[in-house]
Amino acid sequence: MTLLTLNAMQTNIEQYAVLHDVTLTVPEGGVFVLLGRNGAGKTTTLRSIMGLWRPSPGSVTFRGEDISALHTAEVARKGIAYVPENMGVFGGLTIEENLILATKTGKFDTARLNRIYGLFPALKTFWGKQAWSLSGGQKQMLAVARAIIEPRDLILIDEPTKGLAPSIIDAMADAFREISETTTILLVEQNFHFAKSLGRDMAVIDDGRIAHTGSMADFAADKALQDQLLSLSA
Amino acid sequence: MTEQNSTGALIVKITVLTIGAALLFAPFLFQDVRSLEVAARICVFVVLVASYDLLIGYTGIVSFAHTMFFGFGAYGAAIALKQMGPGWDAVMVGGLAGMLVSLIVAVAIGLLSLRVKAIFFAMITLAVASVVLVLASQLSDFTGGEDGITYRAPQLFKTATKLAVDEDGKVLRLFGVKLNGKLAAYYFVFATSLALFVLMFRLVGSPLGTVLKAIRENEARAEAIGYRVVSYRTFVFCIAALAASLAGTIYAIWLKYTGPDTMLSFSIMIDILLMVVIGGMGTMWGAVIGAVLMVLAQYYLRDLMGAAAEATSNLPILPELLNPDRWLLWLGIIFILLVYFFPRGIAGTIMQKGIAK
Repeated sequence: MTLLTLNAMQTNIEQYAVLHDVTLTVPEGGVFVLLGRNGAGKTTTLRSIMGLWRPSPGSVTFRGEDISALHTAEVARKGIAYVPENMGVFGGLTIEENLILATKTGKFDTARLNRIYGLFPALKTFWGKQAWSLSGGQKQMLAVARAIIEPRDLILIDEPTKGLAPSIIDAMADAFREISETTTILLVEQNFHFAKSLGRDMAVIDDGRIAHTGSMADFAADKALQDQLLSLSA
Repeated sequence: MTEQNSTGALIVKITVLTIGAALLFAPFLFQDVRSLEVAARICVFVVLVASYDLLIGYTGIVSFAHTMFFGFGAYGAAIALKQMGPGWDAVMVGGLAGMLVSLIVAVAIGLLSLRVKAIFFAMITLAVASVVLVLASQLSDFTGGEDGITYRAPQLFKTATKLAVDEDGKVLRLFGVKLNGKLAAYYFVFATSLALFVLMFRLVGSPLGTVLKAIRENEARAEAIGYRVVSYRTFVFCIAALAASLAGTIYAIWLKYTGPDTMLSFSIMIDILLMVVIGGMGTMWGAVIGAVLMVLAQYYLRDLMGAAAEATSNLPILPELLNPDRWLLWLGIIFILLVYFFPRGIAGTIMQKGIAK
């Protein structure tokens, strides 16, 4: 079943056309990976889905409803969470405050909180600490935890492994696997090894256009296609 | 360890509670007219600074229209007391009228302007405040023009009013202080200012306060987790405007005079800004410390310098440097030193100390 559809989406940032023609279908369930070289338009795609940049023309359809004209806050309330590239935590707030911000009622669901503690034990240890004082990995954990503190239909995650130690990346992969059992993840990633271990379906964006879509297993097996679409020399 | 339970936070809280106790007992501790004026001004400015901190410290909104809302409240009470006579009905009508005008103007500015970048918003508020200041000076039939309005406060607050009398019918004294209308007026100022401060304090400690801090840090992130930033910014702008308006009404009742220089001038706006910076942005405790230090400096720095100049009269240069006429220069130097040694304001810097890195 289709969860999200991007239809001929074009996004301009000031005078620059970043996305030219992005057409993509994200099915419900599992991890959908969006790959691409630096500057290909991966982050712009996620920000356009969230309404942080307005696609024009083109549309974003979520569960059959056109959300392209909605305000970012309305998009979030539809059940889409966004974990931006730079972790997106509020440094001046404690872990508790960062998480409570993302709850609908201002109160924690104990079961969900315990699940987060299970996925990211460090967050429980540093519960009252301000986010600026956390390590990069802990900040990333907090950003992901904030996305799942309430039930969501879709989580957009932008390069979660950037700058993280291998052990943290492994922990993050385990967490994403567990989260994807109940929530669809649209993952933008440059770390192909990490993406390969998680993705079921995938797409490659190149120069603001979708250059390839298919299953991750097929793409991982096709070295020539990887070189063509992802290598720096191409 | 969080900001709330560090050693520094404890020091700040004890200091503020001590200031609160001093203000509570001010009429008994400092038994002269000037001290009571200073104490009442501190109470009103604590509210004014705290409400401005809601904007600049908690939400990141830079506004130059805060004294305008202060003026609306003051002029509302002043005009009502002048027209209707010195009764509580006039206070209510004037206070509510001031709040209503403040609310309408705040909603209009908020909805029309809070979408623009911070610098443009600041310029818009500056322009609106300037227009109101000019109008207050020119609509003299209504506002008293440059001379302002003099009026009488409700009967209870008249100095001649006896709150309690002895057997001879004379006003009763408690620890040497007359229980008269002046004392009632001070406690009216103290109690209403305290109530407003506590309300704002609770507001920033509520989930709403957390949202405001998140908006201050990063608007786009706050929107991405479901908060309509413009709505929240407009709401807090209105709350701050209402608090400033009420502070204006309270001060107008205390002073029994309202004029453009005392209620609307940009020098008051600068004072508020300095108080917020000195106390520490984004901390309600800082509003108290900033207001106390600034008001005390405004009232007593000249006297202090005069005494210092006299004490050093035999020395070269120093008496000239400490001439009371140079008090603004010294106030500026003190401000620079405070900003240098307390970059996050006094409360902000002290509260930050002792927090685990």
